[in-house]
Amino acid sequence: MTAATVEHQKLTMAQAINRALRDAMAEDPTVLMFGEDVGPLGGVFRITDGLTQEFGEDRCFDTPLAEAGIMGFAVGLAMNGMRPVVEMQFDAFAYPAFEQVVSHVAKMRNRTRGRLGLPIVIRIPYAGGIGGVEHHCDSSEAYYVHTPGLQVLAPSTPSDAYSLLREAIASPDPVVFLEPKKLYWATDEVALGRGQEPGIGRAVVRREGTDATLIAYGPSVPIALDAAEAAAREGRSLQVVDVRSLVPFDDETVFAAVRSTGRAVVVAESTGFASVASEIAARVSESCFHSLAAPVRRVTGFDIPFPPPKLEHFQLPSVDRILDTVDDLQWEDS
Amino acid sequence: MTREPGHLLPSEDPVMLIDPSGRAVASDGREMPPTDALLRAFEGLVSARRLNDQAYALVRQGRLAVYPSSHGQEACQVVAAQVLEDGDWLFPTYRDTAAIVARGVDPVEVLTLLQGDWHSGYDPTIHHVAPQATPLATQLPHAVGVAHAARLRGESTVVMALCGDGGTSEGDFHEALNFAAVFRAPVVFFVQNNEYAISVPLARQTAAPSIAHKGIGYGIPGERVDGNDAAALLQVLGAAVARARAGEGPQLVEAHTYRMQAHTNADDATRYRSQAEVQEWEAKDPLTRLEVYLRSVDALDDATLAGFTEAAEELAQRTRVALNQDVAPNPEDLFRHVFAEPTPQLRAQLDIVLDELDREEVGR
Repeated sequence: MTAATVEHQKLTMAQAINRALRDAMAEDPTVLMFGEDVGPLGGVFRITDGLTQEFGEDRCFDTPLAEAGIMGFAVGLAMNGMRPVVEMQFDAFAYPAFEQVVSHVAKMRNRTRGRLGLPIVIRIPYAGGIGGVEHHCDSSEAYYVHTPGLQVLAPSTPSDAYSLLREAIASPDPVVFLEPKKLYWATDEVALGRGQEPGIGRAVVRREGTDATLIAYGPSVPIALDAAEAAAREGRSLQVVDVRSLVPFDDETVFAAVRSTGRAVVVAESTGFASVASEIAARVSESCFHSLAAPVRRVTGFDIPFPPPKLEHFQLPSVDRILDTVDDLQWEDS
Repeated sequence: MTREPGHLLPSEDPVMLIDPSGRAVASDGREMPPTDALLRAFEGLVSARRLNDQAYALVRQGRLAVYPSSHGQEACQVVAAQVLEDGDWLFPTYRDTAAIVARGVDPVEVLTLLQGDWHSGYDPTIHHVAPQATPLATQLPHAVGVAHAARLRGESTVVMALCGDGGTSEGDFHEALNFAAVFRAPVVFFVQNNEYAISVPLARQTAAPSIAHKGIGYGIPGERVDGNDAAALLQVLGAAVARARAGEGPQLVEAHTYRMQAHTNADDATRYRSQAEVQEWEAKDPLTRLEVYLRSVDALDDATLAGFTEAAEELAQRTRVALNQDVAPNPEDLFRHVFAEPTPQLRAQLDIVLDELDREEVGR
């Protein structure tokens, strides 16, 4: 696709996801969108706004309020030629569907030795930062990335939300698509159409820097960029890598970035113990050991249930916490 | 809106057309299926019984890791497949090997799971048979999805979704019936109530008058049928399939049957049920009563029976011979099918295994 033919539009992330669904549904009649309140209402975040009106209630529809049922129903539809996109209304409301996701969605291709793949997209509005009450702000990515057979994506920009969702819907494998709720209203110039690079499985360097590398994804990327901006004012040059695709994970881009600076901090909102951040830190430590001037550090949520709204700022990675950790990277030795 | 819900309730007694002694009995308004259909069912019963017993023997010989036998439930197994057309789908559980074979899948492929070579050994898309479900009732929402996809395309597909009495306690059973009813999906939910979920009796699963009574809660008609009477099963399941195909929605059918053997070879059924109870069910055997009936209407003679027995023996022998061959499964398959394309990390992990294999070769 040449630059001249690509249409761009200024969209919020919510609008970009809506547009990706609309474009995918227009191009492929087997794409179905369903879940709770996604029909005439357009979803509690209005992500599916207008889809039922445009494509009819056979294509975008409400289901009974039962997440395991929604997920199992999607498995059957995918077994029989459809490309279902389901919305789990909130991160923590997706847990009833967990058995279907782990035992069936993730395993069907493998169980059947490649004969039956399930092209399902599981959209999950996720993570905190919106002042949500309990059960509305979980960072549940570790559960999914720990399950072989699931691709797990976490966009941080409207452009990525659009392009990665288009790729996710076209993918022959199931995708858990984590939409950072607090970024729904972020705006960006979005390139429309399928096949926008980079695709699934690629990380990108969001900001060049030479002193240390911040590795982040989803809702933590803007914080990492803010931290890099603040560090620059203090004379320290921080590189920011946006992982985008948690599975498959782009070792190549992440390792190259860390080797170029020799220091790394992983930033993620999820609780830190046995987390995606831990996995990234371990991979970087194992593969970049000889390039590292300091141990890889993590800035993550604490190992506590997600706090109530008035306390959530203690849990979310902040610019100060990132900069304090960067300050700790044994600069006196270099 | 009020709707008279009484029509959703099952009959007081399970539908029976041939009693345990092999005599035809009247069942209000329900006709005896054609004799050729009964004869075909009987041929299937002979084959299924032989296969069950062969597979059970293969466990004792160490060729299968385990075999949850449907000995005693063969009428349910055979008829569930017999009432389907080619384009229809079957969603079986781990105890439904005989139903899958009755649907036309090679028993050697079906037993791959229990042999331990792979999980599902057959291609679900060829015979429209889903992989056997080991987690209880999780396959039922899938059945509804398959049926709904067909309905969206205007196809006349019907889906036969199997589960046991224990499975009806699971949330997925409830959600599947609810989805099927709301979307009017052409699914027949066929519960083989064999009285026990491993060791736990039905009374600990439900306080409902019967499992079939649960249908009314979803707006789905419930039916009870004698699960050891192939004629009644052909009648009731055939009608449920026809009704679903005609666009009249899902149905719940409960068959009353009995697992004559233990849950698996690892189970000891004497710890939770009496010998007297087992003997009582022996007298209701599905093969005996259909054979007596077919002989009484001159539809079956010794020569025909001998032909059925010989065909069943051939199938059992072919299965035995195939399962007695040691074919080492390929470890590369472990990494090949996690995704359509292996990730770089999976390719690296496969290399570890291949390297280990190379070193084993060298060490030999």
